[in-house]
Amino acid sequence: MIADHLPALQVVVPLLAAPLMMLVRRGTFAWLVAVAVSWTTLAIAFALAVKVREVGVISYAMGNWPPPWGIEYRVDALNSFVLVLVSLVASVVAPYARTSVAAELPRDQHYLVFTMFSLCLAGLLGITITGDAFNLFVFLEISSLSTYVLIALGRNRRALLAAYQYLVLGTIGATFYIIGVGLLYLMTGTLNLADMAQRLRDVHEMRPVLAALAFITAGVGLKLALFPLHFWLPNAYAYAPSAITSFLAASATKVSVYVLLRYYFLIFGVPLVFGRLPMAEVLIGLSVLAVVSASLVAVFQRDLKRMFAYSSVAQIGYITMGMGLANKAGMTGAVVHLFNHGITKGAIFLLLGGVALRVGSTSLERVAGLAKTMPLTSFGIVLGGMSLIGVPGTAGFISKWYLVLGAIEHGYWGLAVLLVVSSLIAVAYVWRFVEVAYFREPEPGAARLAEAPGSMLIPAWIMVAACVYFGLDTSLPLDGARAAAALLLGGAP
Amino acid sequence: MMRDLVLRVLGKLLIPFVLLFALYVQFHGDFGPGGGFQAGVITAAAVIFYAIIFGLPAARRFAPDRIVESMIAAGVLIFGGVGVFGILMGGNYLDYFVLAHDTVHGQERGIFWVEVGVALTVSGVMTKVFYQFAERRRVVDEA
Repeated sequence: MIADHLPALQVVVPLLAAPLMMLVRRGTFAWLVAVAVSWTTLAIAFALAVKVREVGVISYAMGNWPPPWGIEYRVDALNSFVLVLVSLVASVVAPYARTSVAAELPRDQHYLVFTMFSLCLAGLLGITITGDAFNLFVFLEISSLSTYVLIALGRNRRALLAAYQYLVLGTIGATFYIIGVGLLYLMTGTLNLADMAQRLRDVHEMRPVLAALAFITAGVGLKLALFPLHFWLPNAYAYAPSAITSFLAASATKVSVYVLLRYYFLIFGVPLVFGRLPMAEVLIGLSVLAVVSASLVAVFQRDLKRMFAYSSVAQIGYITMGMGLANKAGMTGAVVHLFNHGITKGAIFLLLGGVALRVGSTSLERVAGLAKTMPLTSFGIVLGGMSLIGVPGTAGFISKWYLVLGAIEHGYWGLAVLLVVSSLIAVAYVWRFVEVAYFREPEPGAARLAEAPGSMLIPAWIMVAACVYFGLDTSLPLDGARAAAALLLGGAP
Repeated sequence: MMRDLVLRVLGKLLIPFVLLFALYVQFHGDFGPGGGFQAGVITAAAVIFYAIIFGLPAARRFAPDRIVESMIAAGVLIFGGVGVFGILMGGNYLDYFVLAHDTVHGQERGIFWVEVGVALTVSGVMTKVFYQFAERRRVVDEA
């Protein structure tokens, strides 16, 4: 009986856990529930992914109102992949969060962190699973509002400013998205995404549709930190509590990328987006700018969290580049990079949380000689950095390989070369950490620093191990990404 | 204590009717304009009115923060709980058709509890927002 309701439970479990935590008001209880909830969502996401492989598309009618009238939850090859990524990250971050949150936040705020974490998880999963344009907006707001609170909880006072900055830009993004949806509703009379895709084929008056495309691109682009709409991201990541940075970096922007993928390929369709409009050139151009400029900015950062936040902007550039290529290899690279970058950045930020806990800061000056005091943490960051660069044997290599293949297939040799050259910039910023951590003497007094506690180190290293494992045995994410790419390029389901 | 006598007396007279009106809006929402959101706002307005006339501490004795915060969470739980109950009764999530013997009754029952949840959360949030703002001025004044 439960098996039929998995699409609803995927969202309902974290959504209802949040008010429960708020009623009980105990940090430990909230943490236990958060761990249980995230593991449950992971189990559900896996079960859904397996079922999608067997039966194709799963459709669930909310409240038994048949689609397209009622809200439909629709799981296919693409979003089951994203569901697994989001819940996987959540289930690694949740156990880790207890020690990290206890060290960074006052006691009376602990249950609030986990309440908001749970709501944010519900929002992200909801965006991914829903087949309804307006329902997507509601979940976008749930995840955004909880994200603003989570960022504002950071212990540095500047966290408030970062949260406010993100609030303003995020609200503009959500508003643009809903204006776009309004225009589409005007032209098609439906909010169901699958139905909308079909009806758009018969729409002849194109101007409102093009306006909708523009609004949705700008709105979702803000949420996914598409260059040059990324200004909120470095501050938000740098000042949010460590566990939260890790969760957001690994999941939130990825979900927004998924939304853009769905709208471009499955609703507006390739002929409109890439045939009639020069979106391929626009996306690739912006992505190149993102990759080069954000990587260069990352090289000159003095704080590790900010450095890797800028690196996130660059890495998102790789994903949108794959989108712009719009061929099989490029799309596979883009989708698999959602996953690979998610686990890589997740791992790095989890380890940086350990650094913040022991050293008290993540600025480059303070981590001198870190390899002597925290060898496991330092080595983990280096491995994660290698995955960012795309060294063979790490997860990052796989995505870059497919992106290069996609670029060559398209005849963009310059782009292929640029992909390789941009990796060298990543070498530069990762090397800055290596130099400071491995080749400098620790500051006097730093010798008594210990390795991060096991409750933080183990989840972080699970992620690091995943970066290496999925670089060697690529079948699991690649199969999912191939199926998703085939779905995206195959037109409407 | 004799200042604003008219206000105090009128306030005390009016507040019960405001609350009663909130209940009317809540339960008449099925047939006419109204519903949980509006009723929640009117309830919160009664608390805010009380706080403006008799002061924030008095309002906080009448509706303590702890209860207000619990209302926010409880409302969401009731709303979501209706959905889960739909699953337990053999329907889909938020399926009201299965909540009673015939579907019309089921719809009525489902929406009734959903509106209860909405009213609780909305009045809780409204009151809490007011408390936060009112408290803020106090903190500034004392500093």
